[in-house]
Amino acid sequence: MITPGANPRMSALYRLQFESTQDSWVLLYPEGMVRLNAPAAEILQRCDGRRTVAKIVAELEIAFAQTPLHDDVVAFLSLALQRGWLQEAQP
Amino acid sequence: MTPWGHGAARPPLWLLAELTYRCPLHCAFCSNPVDYARHEAELDTASWRRVLAEARALGAVQLGFSGGEPLLRDDLEELVAHARGLGFYTNLITSGVGLTGTRARALKAAGLDHVQLSFQDSTREMNDFLSHTKTFELKRRVARLIKDQGWPMVMNVVIHRMNIDHIDRIIGMADEMGAEYLELANTQYYSWAFQNRDALLPTRAQLQHAEAVADSWRAKLGERMRIFFVAPDYHEGKAKKCVNGWGSMFLTVAPDGTALPCHTAKMLPGLSFPNVRDHSVREIWFDSEGFNRYRGTGWMKEPCSSCEHREEDLGGCRCQAYLLAHDPTVADPVCVKSPHHGLVVEAVERAEAGVAVATEHPLVFRDPKNSRKLSAQSS
Repeated sequence: MITPGANPRMSALYRLQFESTQDSWVLLYPEGMVRLNAPAAEILQRCDGRRTVAKIVAELEIAFAQTPLHDDVVAFLSLALQRGWLQEAQP
Repeated sequence: MTPWGHGAARPPLWLLAELTYRCPLHCAFCSNPVDYARHEAELDTASWRRVLAEARALGAVQLGFSGGEPLLRDDLEELVAHARGLGFYTNLITSGVGLTGTRARALKAAGLDHVQLSFQDSTREMNDFLSHTKTFELKRRVARLIKDQGWPMVMNVVIHRMNIDHIDRIIGMADEMGAEYLELANTQYYSWAFQNRDALLPTRAQLQHAEAVADSWRAKLGERMRIFFVAPDYHEGKAKKCVNGWGSMFLTVAPDGTALPCHTAKMLPGLSFPNVRDHSVREIWFDSEGFNRYRGTGWMKEPCSSCEHREEDLGGCRCQAYLLAHDPTVADPVCVKSPHHGLVVEAVERAEAGVAVATEHPLVFRDPKNSRKLSAQSS
């Protein structure tokens, strides 16, 4: 499980990109692609190695005028970390 | 109607740019056409730039630079930079021959995303024998260059009767070299591999052993290196959804500009494929006879047309139907329901019995001389 103080960022293996022909954000990696749903894309776009998990959650709660999002965001980030999409930035 | 206005056809996602059929290696399982030596002139840089732009505009996002050996094109860096600028994820599929430190740095600067490096085996002797060259040490050096540039590395090893028992050492080598992914791709029997099928087809016991070894490495390595074991369809009795469906996702452009639904489709008789010199990629993908002939399920005959699996495998591979049953419109003979399945069973049984040792049927290595000989036989 990812901690609130962690600063996740995209792993070097993956590239996050918007594809207009598919009208969605995708993750690109060697010879493959994952199509992301809208919430996943919103979360991953904020994983820049500077924002903490707490900050990401706070931003999303404002952007979507919805609380609490903490558990959903942490669950997704933990999964993304486990799949290797994300890595935790070194402090 | 789809948003693209062309019935059920969706745009391509993958472009395989076969920049050249020239190659310093002479692998006995090469997937290039056996008559490659008689193919026409290669597309020039400007034509490739246009093809990349048109395919990208249509929606293609993954791009493989392949061949032959793509490093033999001295415009590779320019094409990579162009492709990266268009938003492609760029994959270089290479034997590593020709990848110097200077070129690696130039390709990195051009924005190359990933390198897939082929190995023929884990030992110098077998690698050099199977590729008919002396390349093993060079490949080790190239693997280090790839890691030094920070690229993710996929190591690809074509698996067959002569190297399958070395699988433990092959996986160990890939891990030692820091590969993120390892593709253990059982030989698919087309082109040169079809010529050498009796020498390359493994036994069932070899396959089972290899899969067990791959499984135990997976358990040991976890997320550090992903291992893909591509099972051979001859032994499975099940047809594969070849290229994920004809004209559904993959677009190959051959060195001379011929556009193909898969890189071996040019062998199919009675079907002409358009050339990017004459048509736009959009016309080719949506409107050409070559891309529409086997799209979906409408072309199927029995036993495919009423089969419960027809959407899962789409009748299997058209090239395999043609190569084995001499008819590209029938079910893929690897399927147990195919009336021609006996041909596959017979080949597997020959492998079990250990017939056809290399002394009786020497391997046909891919080279221009053998290519011209095979072209003359087929025409």
